[in-house]
Amino acid sequence: MTTSTDNAPAQWWLQCQRAAAARFAALPMPGRQDPNWRFAGAPDADLASYQPAAGLGEAEREQALAASDNAFATAGGAVFGNEQLLSFTAADDALAKQGVIFEPLTVALARHPDLLQKHFMSQPVALGSEKFAALHRANCNHGILLYVPAKVRITLPLTAWHWLAGDRQAVFPHTLIIAEAGSEVTFADFYRSLGTAPGLAVSVTDLLVGAGARVTYLGCQDWNEQVRSCHLNAISVGRDAGAKTLNCNLGGASARVESHSRLTGVGARSEMLGLSVGHGAQEFDQRTRQDHRAPRTWSDLLYKNILNHRAKAVFAGLIKVAPGAPQTDAYQTNRNLLLSDEAEADSMPGLEIANDDVKCSHGATTGQIDPEALFYLLQRGIPRHEADYLLAVGFTEEVLARFGHDPINTRLRAMIADKFRRGKRRQVGPADDAAAGSANARHPQHPV
Amino acid sequence: MSGTADKPDLHLEVEAGNFHYPEDYAYDAGRGLTAETVNYICDVKRDPDWIREFRLRALEIFAKRANPTHWASKDLDTLDFDQIRYYLAKGQQAKRSWEEVPEDVKRTFERLGVPEKERKFLAGVEAQFDSEAAYSNIKQAVADEGVIFVGSTEGLHHYPEIFRPWFGKVIPSGDNKYAALNSAVFSGGSFIYVPKGVKLKHPLQAYFRINAEQFGQFERTLIIADEGAELTYMEGCTAPKFETATLHSAVVELVALRGAKIQYITVQNWSANVFNLVTKRGLAMEEAEIKWIDCNIGSRLTMKYPGVVLQGRKARGEVVSIALANNGQHQDTGAKMIHAADETTSNIIAKSISIGKGRASYRGLVHIPKHLRGCKNNTECDALLINSDSRTDTYPAISVRGHGNSAQHEASVSKVSAEQIFYMRQRGLTEAQAMSLSVNGFVNDLVSQFPIEYSVELKRLIDLEMEGSVG
Repeated sequence: MTTSTDNAPAQWWLQCQRAAAARFAALPMPGRQDPNWRFAGAPDADLASYQPAAGLGEAEREQALAASDNAFATAGGAVFGNEQLLSFTAADDALAKQGVIFEPLTVALARHPDLLQKHFMSQPVALGSEKFAALHRANCNHGILLYVPAKVRITLPLTAWHWLAGDRQAVFPHTLIIAEAGSEVTFADFYRSLGTAPGLAVSVTDLLVGAGARVTYLGCQDWNEQVRSCHLNAISVGRDAGAKTLNCNLGGASARVESHSRLTGVGARSEMLGLSVGHGAQEFDQRTRQDHRAPRTWSDLLYKNILNHRAKAVFAGLIKVAPGAPQTDAYQTNRNLLLSDEAEADSMPGLEIANDDVKCSHGATTGQIDPEALFYLLQRGIPRHEADYLLAVGFTEEVLARFGHDPINTRLRAMIADKFRRGKRRQVGPADDAAAGSANARHPQHPV
Repeated sequence: MSGTADKPDLHLEVEAGNFHYPEDYAYDAGRGLTAETVNYICDVKRDPDWIREFRLRALEIFAKRANPTHWASKDLDTLDFDQIRYYLAKGQQAKRSWEEVPEDVKRTFERLGVPEKERKFLAGVEAQFDSEAAYSNIKQAVADEGVIFVGSTEGLHHYPEIFRPWFGKVIPSGDNKYAALNSAVFSGGSFIYVPKGVKLKHPLQAYFRINAEQFGQFERTLIIADEGAELTYMEGCTAPKFETATLHSAVVELVALRGAKIQYITVQNWSANVFNLVTKRGLAMEEAEIKWIDCNIGSRLTMKYPGVVLQGRKARGEVVSIALANNGQHQDTGAKMIHAADETTSNIIAKSISIGKGRASYRGLVHIPKHLRGCKNNTECDALLINSDSRTDTYPAISVRGHGNSAQHEASVSKVSAEQIFYMRQRGLTEAQAMSLSVNGFVNDLVSQFPIEYSVELKRLIDLEMEGSVG
């Protein structure tokens, strides 16, 4: 085991970063020919124009801290801004006594290098963003380590807020959660911006769910609409364990989310949820994999997208059942609601099954608001824009109900409502002339 | 064809196809593909200059394009284009004796009840099966209504005014590597024109016509249904077609003008050494309807995604697909629906069965762009897996924009229900019979859309493929 001083990162860590920087330089920028990037907008080739963020000014710091409002009770939390730890609320003593480790990465590097060496980005990235994973590994210095020892159950959620501010700044937030056998934990990451400057965010979340453990995770992306982001979720689920993850996209100019769930233990279960609300010219590119590698495993995926104006969503999911994973149950659903004529939904739900003893199905639908449901509301005197809003919100509820964590859901509902409000304001924006025109066309006189 | 999991793998089957035959063809373009080969083909076929140019341009595209192995099977890279014969003239194909035909092919003929004479033709023992008479009868019957039903070479020589405006328009040479290959070296295939308002009551069977002039390796078919015309076209047959050539690459273009209806039925049962890489697409104008019924049983690797470009308002496209993949086979099939006009609708129903180590893949493309209104697509894919090492994949791509457009896709993967098998065994059926019955039930609603003689043979063929897959 290498030793390390308190302040400077350990040698092994720096070596890994240097190796990753070399990997990043060597890997080609993914292009449209790559099946993992089909339908995707070209990734920003000009990555060099961003610079690693270096902390926030005093005013921004106050602003970020004030806005990092969970609105629900937590067992601990952290606030980061531009690659700087702004505040940290440690888990209480009772949890610490049981062996729970909840630390910022900078601290964990000194105290628990063994855990980091073993688990930090230990699962290979396989869904197309290998280059961005290398970029993250080369630059990541901030984030969270959460280690939950065997049989410890943390009832309240823990959270981390990640803020980005300033012109063409880049951040690389990381969350590593290790849940040992029989433990339980809920964690939420919120990614947000101060101001409206363009930026870059490459975040990674590693979830390692041990035998019989339960992990519930929310990654809520609400960067400003100039930020390009890439979020990589690696989930590994052990014997009889359960992982439930929700990836929520509200902000960003273009956001790519990869969520790869590996069901490695017998009886493992993974529920993968996604919810995106897009307007303006936002692009959400979502790639998922349900990797069944052990017998009697179960996975169920539901990704829902609501798209207004010229927003675009790509969903590409793959259920992969290995020959050695009989009695697999795997399901995959993608539903797209188009609120305008120019919104675009590209859906690629895939299956690769190498075993006959499985129950697998997938479905994808793309459509508009159900005219009958709309008629019902109009008939009761609800104005058209209000009816549209209610039905769109209703469309999100299925995902939240499946996520099932009421306090977090309440917070999410507020953020989703805020997003719809922003969308309404946007309709008059000059950038969306075409979208606004068609949106007006979509609001004919009510039937009398 | 049929077999159990321990059946010898595909390399041995490839060996089984290596027949020796005397190499003294009257017209033989030799092995390998160069501009010389293409010019040779043009000279022999006395192609007009525009066809020669068309072929040479396509050859350039073919040479430039890489195999699409970034998404398709790596097996494509085993094709050695320098070892392939691209043109053998009429009546100059392989001769072999009945003794050289593998036992399982003979057994299949037996079980399907293929007539003695026809068996020899199908096995390549006799160069020509006497279907000249049947073909002439069909040709005569439809000619009275002004229908043109000839080979593609005859079509381009005698009816250039109809042939040329549409040829290569639905599937340009640059569409994909294998469409380019076909465009460079095509020979054989059909040309059909059905005049305005003519509704053909009986299907046109390519079987008889092609038998009369030999199956082509690089067939090129062009079918044009003029306004309000209707026809059904059938190609292939359920009996296994034993072939020594390892690469077959056809291009089929359909044009349905306003209000026309075309139904194109294919039953593909090449022997298990054949790469079958086919591009099929139809162009449906206003209120026209194109329906592909596609059944793939044979070949080593089939890549075929029949498509419809819905070019006119209220056009309708449909693909019904059945694929059966046994040991050593990969059926990579699917459908493409390109919506290009308002209120167009499309429907895709695909069912596949994987037996032993067979692999069946569905690849789909549904495209509804933003300026359109009221377009709808429905896609259903079901896969049935028979053995524990059988494999199936589904790769749809659905792209939707625009006003009031909607698409829905559903797929499921299952195995034969143990309860069903138990029920049938309890009533005295063997496990194999029960499996067969269950599999036939799985595809029954699609098989019943085939003409009766095909659907009867298909059922027998499924029974045959299922043999030895259980127990």
